[in-house]
Amino acid sequence: MWDYFKLIVLGVIALLAAIAANYARDLAYQVHAIIVMLASGGLFLWTVRRTDEPRTVETGYMDGVIRYGVIATAFWGVVGFLVGTFIAFQLAFPVLNFDWAEGYANFGRLRPLHTSAVIFAFGGNALIATSFYIVQRTTAARLWGGNLAWFVFWGYQLFIVLAATGYLLGSTQSKEYAEPEWHVDIWLTIVWVAYLVVFMGTLFKRKEKHIYVANWFLLSFIVTVAMLHLVNNLSIPVSIFGSKSVQVFAGVQDAMTQWWYGHNAVGFFLTAGFLGMMYYFVPKQAERPVYSYKLSIIHFWALIFLYIWAGPHHLHYTALPDWASTLGMVFSIILWMPSWGGMINGLMTLSGAWDKLRTDPILRMMVVSIGFYGMSTFEGPMMSIRAVNSLSHYTDWTIGHVHSGALGWNGMITFGALYFLFPKLWNKTGLYSLKLVNWHFWLATIGIVLYASSMWVTGIMEGLMWREVDAQGFLVNSFADTVSAKFPMYVVRGMGGVLFLAGALIMCYNLWMTVVRGEAKAEAPAAAPAE
Amino acid sequence: MDLYSLMREFADSWMLLFMFTFFIGCIIWVFRPGSKKTYEDTANIPFRHEDKPASDCDADRKEART
Repeated sequence: MWDYFKLIVLGVIALLAAIAANYARDLAYQVHAIIVMLASGGLFLWTVRRTDEPRTVETGYMDGVIRYGVIATAFWGVVGFLVGTFIAFQLAFPVLNFDWAEGYANFGRLRPLHTSAVIFAFGGNALIATSFYIVQRTTAARLWGGNLAWFVFWGYQLFIVLAATGYLLGSTQSKEYAEPEWHVDIWLTIVWVAYLVVFMGTLFKRKEKHIYVANWFLLSFIVTVAMLHLVNNLSIPVSIFGSKSVQVFAGVQDAMTQWWYGHNAVGFFLTAGFLGMMYYFVPKQAERPVYSYKLSIIHFWALIFLYIWAGPHHLHYTALPDWASTLGMVFSIILWMPSWGGMINGLMTLSGAWDKLRTDPILRMMVVSIGFYGMSTFEGPMMSIRAVNSLSHYTDWTIGHVHSGALGWNGMITFGALYFLFPKLWNKTGLYSLKLVNWHFWLATIGIVLYASSMWVTGIMEGLMWREVDAQGFLVNSFADTVSAKFPMYVVRGMGGVLFLAGALIMCYNLWMTVVRGEAKAEAPAAAPAE
Repeated sequence: MDLYSLMREFADSWMLLFMFTFFIGCIIWVFRPGSKKTYEDTANIPFRHEDKPASDCDADRKEART
């Protein structure tokens, strides 16, 4: 019965998408309608072939969707790093904005593709896959909702494809990290609600009495991102057959909403969610429980109480009232406490096991990621201070700060999680090669160091050049002077990107060989008691 | 009073008080006597049930243990 219902829904969606493609007012919308039509048509055929087939009820952990998730994470990671490296060289060598690709593959179009690919495609897939893994292991229950988890996975991939094609074809609402237009936003809302339902459902049927702290962080990430997404994307489409929409908020209200969203995307997507990963994978890899469970609870509540207010520090010296930007600045500085509390908790988990760092490159990766977490959560509040911000804002320092957080913290902890998960999910004794992990570790670390240090130099240099005045009070430098002065640092930054990308490619090879060549784990004796 | 001022006044008085007490309450709760044992058990959750979900008889045994 359920299959017939699905067939009707898929058929109607395919039909509506075909109609939408026909009446489309712009190319991006037309391409999106065709993608939706093909996806639902393909799903229709796939469902027809399986209708009325007998189904087996599975009882173990639901790992199939996680296997797809970790592969998608590695794939989108490489795509995002590749685009990022390319646009870094586009900035150094503008000739790479090819004439023949003008309007599709110039810097302006590729930049949101890069940010969304690394944050939402790489980071998002990592979060979905690891949260499904963590919530099952820490509740001792199979994922709730049956195939709903598969819907979340494939639905999210469809969102990524729609967003990416939209950027290249110029469909954007010009909000940083929230570029997709209204029709893509609605689709993401549906997928995200399904994600929340799967996660909550699993928590509800848990077999453990307590909810492990990692799940608290992951749940706050899912709930808050839903709230941010809904409020920041309040817009009215110009036509139901076109991708253009008009924002409900205007002026400084719109700016404040955008940066309330933008900063909490950092706070809850890239911090709370990944802290959930830290609180599971670091103890697992170090084979000892988290340093202080009490601290982890205080970390959680302090982080979510404070982060939500920090957004206005993106709008110093704008039309935003002073009290609001001061509020954002003060909360950003208080954030030092929970951030460093969390960092200490993560690092001290290794106390008594520091020797493992010598032999275990995966653990080393996780520890370096926590180190970068501490570094970028120190740098961030410092840059939010109004006086510092007057120097750093609009310069490359900001870009360097974002990347030391994103490459160092999010990237490294995700790599660590992938190295942890692949042997587990494919039932292997271990990774194909620890030596290659070591290579990846050093390539990525040196890449980040090149990136961050070149951006510090160019950012501070450019900030100082912009404000330099001569004895008569005239500005000394023109904007183009700063651009040409930055050239060497831009090349160094590109090289950093190349190293980071090379590390990720080595990781993909290593993970591939683990699955194909890895030694299968012997079946554990079935009745051994857990304690 | 218009809606904005009303909400503004509520936000920086009662709501502020509520959130502050909630947060302090969380911290006091965490340090309540006897919490150490509970949290030790909770912190060890990742080291159980690595390969398969808890069966119902597992749950019985845990209740018997506590």
